[in-house]
Amino acid sequence: MKIAVCIKQVPSTSAPLQLDAGTRWLKEGETTFETNAADNHALEAALAIRDQLGGEVVVLTLGPERATEALREALAKGADRAIHLVSDQAPGLDPATVASLLASALAGEPWDLILCGLQSDDLGHGQTGAFLAEKLSLPQASIAAALEVTAEGQARVKRELEGGWYQWLELATPCLVTIQSGINKPRYAGMKGMLAAKKKPIVKQPVTEYPAGLTRQSIDELYYPHKAKQTRMLEGSPEAVATQLVAALNLRARP
Amino acid sequence: MSGGILVIVESVAEGISRASLEAIAYAQGLGGPVKVILPGAANQTQADALAALAVDEVLLADYSYPEGAGAGGYDGDGYVAVLAEAVRRLAPDQVFLAHSYGARDFAPRLAARLDLTLVSDCIGQEGEGDAVAFLRQMFLGRAQAKVKVAGEGPRLVSLQAGVARLEDLRRGSTPAPVSRTSLAMPAAPRVAAQAPLREGERSVDLSQARIIVAVGRGIKTQENIALAKKLADLLGAELAASRAVCDEGWLPIERQVGSSGQTVAPALYIALGISGAVQHLVGMKTSETIVAINKDASAPIFKVADYGIVGDLFQVVPALIAALEAA
Ligand SMILES: Cc1cc2nc3c(=O)[nH]c(=O)nc-3n(C[C@H](O)[C@H](O)[C@H](O)COP(=O)(O)OP(=O)(O)OC[C@H]3O[C@@H](n4cnc5c(N)ncnc54)[C@H](O)[C@@H]3O)c2cc1C
Ligand SMILES: Nc1ncnc2c1ncn2[C@@H]1O[C@H](COP(=O)(O)O)[C@@H](O)[C@H]1O
Repeated sequence: MKIAVCIKQVPSTSAPLQLDAGTRWLKEGETTFETNAADNHALEAALAIRDQLGGEVVVLTLGPERATEALREALAKGADRAIHLVSDQAPGLDPATVASLLASALAGEPWDLILCGLQSDDLGHGQTGAFLAEKLSLPQASIAAALEVTAEGQARVKRELEGGWYQWLELATPCLVTIQSGINKPRYAGMKGMLAAKKKPIVKQPVTEYPAGLTRQSIDELYYPHKAKQTRMLEGSPEAVATQLVAALNLRARP
Repeated sequence: MSGGILVIVESVAEGISRASLEAIAYAQGLGGPVKVILPGAANQTQADALAALAVDEVLLADYSYPEGAGAGGYDGDGYVAVLAEAVRRLAPDQVFLAHSYGARDFAPRLAARLDLTLVSDCIGQEGEGDAVAFLRQMFLGRAQAKVKVAGEGPRLVSLQAGVARLEDLRRGSTPAPVSRTSLAMPAAPRVAAQAPLREGERSVDLSQARIIVAVGRGIKTQENIALAKKLADLLGAELAASRAVCDEGWLPIERQVGSSGQTVAPALYIALGISGAVQHLVGMKTSETIVAINKDASAPIFKVADYGIVGDLFQVVPALIAALEAA
């Protein structure tokens, strides 16, 4: 199996967000970055299939110089090689442009399986994978909560539907699957993996030309959302806020 | 029609999906002619439900494969084919649809097929004509953006659940005209779909709970769930969780609240270490009273909370338990 995984580096979801109204983006210098959660699951799915059936896992990202870190981490977890499309403009590009650049980078190699995360935790389009499938004319399954691939090249995908429903899909490889968080437990990169990663190739390709007319969305304003409700913020020591809450809601321990 | 609004709707067993009806209400609210299109097979109940609305036309756009292959089930290729044909032919100004799980599958491919851009998961719009800006959340709801779209062609926009109220959906005085078409797909289906299934019977029905104590990833380990359980037991509450907690296996999925879990509206919802991503909020934001305890003051859960405590849940919850035991 020859598997490509598209991974994106996004601002850490556990650190407070520092918006920059001027650039309509983040204060990059005050932001820590990590691999997009769903993409970690996509990588794990790819590694598991390769470990079972053999072949190679290639990780691909489009992003600024800092995004190399996400590739290195993927290599340390066991990916075989990496491609970095270096672009400072990445955060401002439409899914159409991102998919189109990813498609060009993938063209020319006979992939059996291409995996994407369902959604990026920064822009949150939930589009790039499906766009890429269409660009590459590949059959697609999305929001995978389970993925099985046979040595004969048949893929079975448990597609997540709303409200706790699922649906099994069958499709032949080559195909593209978008992966939902929680499909597996991503492995950690051990010391050995990190050392091995140093010897694995990361091919850097600066993006010099952007496909014309594809980036049509622009962020006009970026801001912290307004409150939907009047929230009463309780302040003080843990004991003080606990007492206030119990009194405000007239809470009682069940007899 | 040239101009006007086209709303793409999705069917569910009982008729038309709630989020699709909200999308129609949203379009009606903008004014101007509205047509709706239902891709795939439609039964009479679904056709009648759409025809009863105050819309200009209902298009039931089915497709078929050679020799009846793939009949019935969802098929992204079929959806994209009939929708691309309709958008080309009707040339609307705007195309709306619900940002459903299905839309995540077919809408980006529709955009790619038509060389359009798709503004996804929008929560509203401002301005008119070329100056229109679509509002969407970013960074898992921690920020909001106004997005402008340049270039020719219809504006293709998917809408977050709850953008419009179902009560505002207008019905027509006479049934809207309905047309049925069927597109012949040239090749065999590429994806075979089985019937939808739900795993196991649910043994907990959170929708009946009066009080819910819900835990998020902030609880950190499975062992710490005991702390939340203690609070829940004291209050006679049900224990629930965000998806992050169920994905980790710390609580069973039947206790998950949100778009892929249960929808609840208890008298009191206490969220411990839950950030408040939109997929969680849609499952609980209509709770009567919401209390959020989170160490990050900018967590979006506070946007829907009636009472907020910025603090460490490992200090606040024990204090709360002590206060309850003393009360
Ligand atoms: C298609 C789709 C469907 C989804 N369906 C669902 C769904 O049904 N339900 C759902 O919940 N999610 C769903 N999600 C996932 C959702 O987007 C979020 O990822 C998830 O809700 C995050 O869970 P969380 O708030 O527990 O974790 P996080 O976002 O990681 O938040 C943890 C929070 O804990 C706080 N915290 C950490 N330590 C402490 C402490 N000591 N004291 C107090 N606070 C602390 C942090 O500040 C943070 O705000 C879905 C996503 C997608 C794409
Ligand atoms: N710049 C990028 N580089 C590599 N993969 C990306 C990039 N942007 C998006 N993706 C992939 O597409 C998925 C969905 O992203 P989005 O459409 O932004 O929600 C992500 O989970 C990644 O797998």
